[in-house]
Amino acid sequence: MHAPLNPFGSRLTSSKITEMAAFWLFRLTTYAVLLFAGFIFGIIAWKGGQQVFRDKAPFINVPFLTEAPESLHVLTLKDGSHLEFGDRDYRAWVAKNGEEQIADHKSQVYAAGGIYPAIVGTVLLVVGSMIIALTLGVLTAVYLSEYSRSGRIISLIRLSIMNLAGVPSIVFGMWGYAMFVLLFNWNVSLLSGWFTLAFMVLPIIITGSEESLRAVPKGFREGSLALGATQWQTIYQNVLPYALPGILTSSIMGVARIAGETAAIMFTAAYVVRDKLPWEVSKFTDFFFSGVMALPYHIFVVSARVPQNEYTEKVQYGSAFVFLFIVMAIALTSILLRAKVRRMYKW
Amino acid sequence: METRVMNENHSALSGGTEAVAGATETGAAAASIEVRDVDFYYGSSRALHDITLSIPRGLVTAFIGPSGCGKSTLLRCFNRMNDLIDGTSLQQGSITINGVDIYSRDVDVIELRKRVGMVFQKSNPFPKSIYENIVYGLRLQGIRDRRVLDEVVEKSLRGAALWDEVKDRLDDHATGLSGGQMQRLCIARAIAVEPEIILMDEPCSALDPIATMKVEELIEELKKSYTIVIVTHNMQQAGRCSDHTAFFYLGKLIEFDRTEKIFTNPSIQQTEDYISGRFG
Repeated sequence: MHAPLNPFGSRLTSSKITEMAAFWLFRLTTYAVLLFAGFIFGIIAWKGGQQVFRDKAPFINVPFLTEAPESLHVLTLKDGSHLEFGDRDYRAWVAKNGEEQIADHKSQVYAAGGIYPAIVGTVLLVVGSMIIALTLGVLTAVYLSEYSRSGRIISLIRLSIMNLAGVPSIVFGMWGYAMFVLLFNWNVSLLSGWFTLAFMVLPIIITGSEESLRAVPKGFREGSLALGATQWQTIYQNVLPYALPGILTSSIMGVARIAGETAAIMFTAAYVVRDKLPWEVSKFTDFFFSGVMALPYHIFVVSARVPQNEYTEKVQYGSAFVFLFIVMAIALTSILLRAKVRRMYKW
Repeated sequence: METRVMNENHSALSGGTEAVAGATETGAAAASIEVRDVDFYYGSSRALHDITLSIPRGLVTAFIGPSGCGKSTLLRCFNRMNDLIDGTSLQQGSITINGVDIYSRDVDVIELRKRVGMVFQKSNPFPKSIYENIVYGLRLQGIRDRRVLDEVVEKSLRGAALWDEVKDRLDDHATGLSGGQMQRLCIARAIAVEPEIILMDEPCSALDPIATMKVEELIEELKKSYTIVIVTHNMQQAGRCSDHTAFFYLGKLIEFDRTEKIFTNPSIQQTEDYISGRFG
């Protein structure tokens, strides 16, 4: 007597093999992506960490984070010892000891001091342009998804917005230069940088916000309108709050896009070096109409615009490490904010 | 679209708020909603053909008919919710509420919807607290006084037979209620703004029999203060709840009469066939 054949038993068919192959392909691709990302972050963290962290208290290279960039002076004295100084310390040393003992003097621009003005400039640029982009973007998304009637003109508008996402950042930089720096006469300034970056990130904000507005159930709108609400009352009280988490997600992606932008700010907002911090101004309006230093541009300058040696490499990696950290910090803030908003407006 | 509200229309629409108690004959009660020769189109396809009927004040009128016959479409015309859909239009005829053509340019849709409330098939409580759900309509009108709001919340929840079940948890999230409670919350929300007419689009189709029974008892109570029009797929429900019934088929009004007559001795063969289940 044999056991009865199991009609539901598993059999190896060609579609099963295809499924397994596809599954493994997806899995390996994901791991490959993670591997490359880990490699990049790992190198930056390893080399940059050597610049940013110290083995003595307070364990962080505080001058690197809080001072302006300086030139590095490497002195070889007649007795053979090496001394390394930043600008100010060098001048103080020379004032005290004179120059007779110096056998060899090399100076390396930007290799000493810190990157504080660049940090401040990047944070200001990102925050300001995100505020402008979110305002313009969310209002546009509300119009496109709630007010407009479908038709050829609206399709054309949507197409144009998506095409904006494909414009190269150098073109944005040149447009910003022509429009804000020259035409509006704002000069190379925070304002020009803010608006250039805001328009760069607008497509991401608009498409992300539109998606999250669409995701809010129709029943909320219908119920509100049936009670005698105007369309704006409905959107403001019953649709926008529940679309906020999605809008914040698109803003996180937007921050990632514009924080590292160099070409767009090169002509519109960034100075190679600026000795005053943005708020050290005589007039209030000077804050908006002066340029700033920015981390990605600083990394570019230190990597491509000055001669290279082991000193500049330290500064490059240190700046890159700090830069990644700042972008992560801004993204983390947005994620926490999004979690809070999700709890407040649960649906 | 004109949004200015003319004063005459405003008072005409809110005139006659006394419920006509005890009027059971179609002739005696003044009609609340008059539909005359209405043709309605979704884009280029015709959804309603030459509809003429009078919905009497202070009574329950049921619209019955198989799927796609146009009963929900007509219902949504009464508070102009069809305006939200692109491409719809009322091509011919008029719908008059208390003597005012609601599709005329002088009528503000917002004011219309405050006086003609709606309860939807899929209950849609807002993801706020129970209290905030009920006062949503009042806050829209700018009423902020906490005492007034508290009073209205109690009155509406009592009116919807929900007060005893939720009075201790008014600040709880509305989505934590059961299906039947959510639908009664939507009814309470609709009556909080004190409309004259309540439109119900298959309110019990997603509810279990016990919740359905509670809502039907509620309709019996609400009849005393409001005019109710209910669309239902469930013929027996129409027979239980309503005073008048209109039978629709493929966008045409086949018969409209008192409920007892429709269900015991309909004038038209097609109505008889539908009632006895020969098609549906």
